[in-house]
Amino acid sequence: MNLTSMSALVAATGLALGLTAGCGADDSSGSKASSQTLTVFAAASLTKAFTEIGRDFEADHDGVRVRFSFGGSSDLVAQIQSGAPADVFASADTKNMDRLGSAATGAEDFASNTLEIAVPPHNPAGITSFQDLARPGVKLVICAVEVPCGAATHAVAEAAAVTLHPVSREQSVTDVLGKVTTGEADAGVVYVTDVKAAGDQVEGVPFPESSGVVNTYPISVLDGSNHGRLAAQFVAFVRGRTGQEVLAGAGFAKP
Amino acid sequence: MRAHRTTTVPGWLVVPAAVGATFVLLPLVAMVARVDWGQFGALVTSPSARDALWLSLRTSTASTLICILLGVPMATVLARSRFRGQAVLRSLVLLPLVIPPVVSGIALLYTFGRRGVLGSRLDALGIDVAFTTTAVVMAQAFVALPFLVISLEGALRTAGQRYEVVAATLGAPPTMVFRRITLPLVLPGLVSGAVLAFARSLGEFGATITFAGSLQGTTTTLPIQIYLERVTDPQAAVALSLVLVVVAVVVIAPMSRRTIRVGVEPS
Repeated sequence: MNLTSMSALVAATGLALGLTAGCGADDSSGSKASSQTLTVFAAASLTKAFTEIGRDFEADHDGVRVRFSFGGSSDLVAQIQSGAPADVFASADTKNMDRLGSAATGAEDFASNTLEIAVPPHNPAGITSFQDLARPGVKLVICAVEVPCGAATHAVAEAAAVTLHPVSREQSVTDVLGKVTTGEADAGVVYVTDVKAAGDQVEGVPFPESSGVVNTYPISVLDGSNHGRLAAQFVAFVRGRTGQEVLAGAGFAKP
Repeated sequence: MRAHRTTTVPGWLVVPAAVGATFVLLPLVAMVARVDWGQFGALVTSPSARDALWLSLRTSTASTLICILLGVPMATVLARSRFRGQAVLRSLVLLPLVIPPVVSGIALLYTFGRRGVLGSRLDALGIDVAFTTTAVVMAQAFVALPFLVISLEGALRTAGQRYEVVAATLGAPPTMVFRRITLPLVLPGLVSGAVLAFARSLGEFGATITFAGSLQGTTTTLPIQIYLERVTDPQAAVALSLVLVVVAVVVIAPMSRRTIRVGVEPS
């Protein structure tokens, strides 16, 4: 009995290790230079555009696989600083790229994004301007000032001399969008690209004050990359014609 | 301390047990090692930190009370009666234990949200729970309730019905039996269930952020504040994490002596 349970424990441990071992193994088997995996860390707002660019890049480069890790720029920076195996980093703002310091020296801008108001279909609260957001009774949701979209919203409100009284300050732009698509909020301040990506789940209300705060997206090959040349090719691809076409389709503007 | 009858533990269990204990404790030690003690006081007494801690304590207390009010009858019905579909009902009621909190939040949103099944009716009555402290308490109670139910139901089953049957044959009506016999008998199980529910409420994050949002003093609980601080001020996040751990330890500690009972009662 003792022996049986012991072997069961050993078997369970072995199984657990076996199940997790697969995750760590990546491109080490790629003996030839023609079979490589490029790891790209990119801001969450780039999810749709970069997934498409990645497919185009793979089609252009035989034996190359591009895998992505999408997340909040500051989270990704923290992961890269802790040694995450990334070859390329695309940030939603220059501030986070700068935090990498010498780990990302060749940063180049590749896109820009501005804010837009998102409202549920049929615009129940009748929002037509940035000033409308401050109207009493309007349930407004914005990003917390700690995250890039919140900092941008704060800057716009300040420039427009409007005091906002949001019912919630969310951790990310996706959380803001979620509150609008479910109809919980009357309006949310998000990026132009988010409104576009949400399709007919939300309506966009552009406002002229948004042009005062433009978010620039930089991209860089990372110092620790084992695929320096391929990574540089990917950066060039994003900044090239195909990449820019895809980004424009997603609503991004030129940097 | 009473003397306990101890059976011999097989020696080969000690090593994996030590590995397990290290696995749980080491991350906490690593976190404490990162605390900047020079700034600690200032970081944990900032207005946003105080608001978050105070809100967390208030909402967790409220949610624990709701769990007791609803969970005691639920556990009693599950443990003391037999009806068709009881096993299925029990599994469903315990579901928030295993589903990701974010999913719980989405489910609550589609129930009590503005366009939810009940929310649209509440809205017509002028009641609006979204983005309020009430929503935080509801999210916490939703995920914490199963802890109380499972804990108390186990205690009820282990306690058995001997005394209840005797009291009933002596002519005590059901309510008297419940108040005078059943509840006192399972009080330890109820207390540990309530403590678990409080602890779970204190740590609640996913359902809250999905259902209640985040606004200082209204819906930003301590875990949400930590998640937010981590972006801009990792030092503040670490300091607040330590506060949360200390509060949790203070709550759990009195129980560890009695053994926290999840279903099984040691004799």
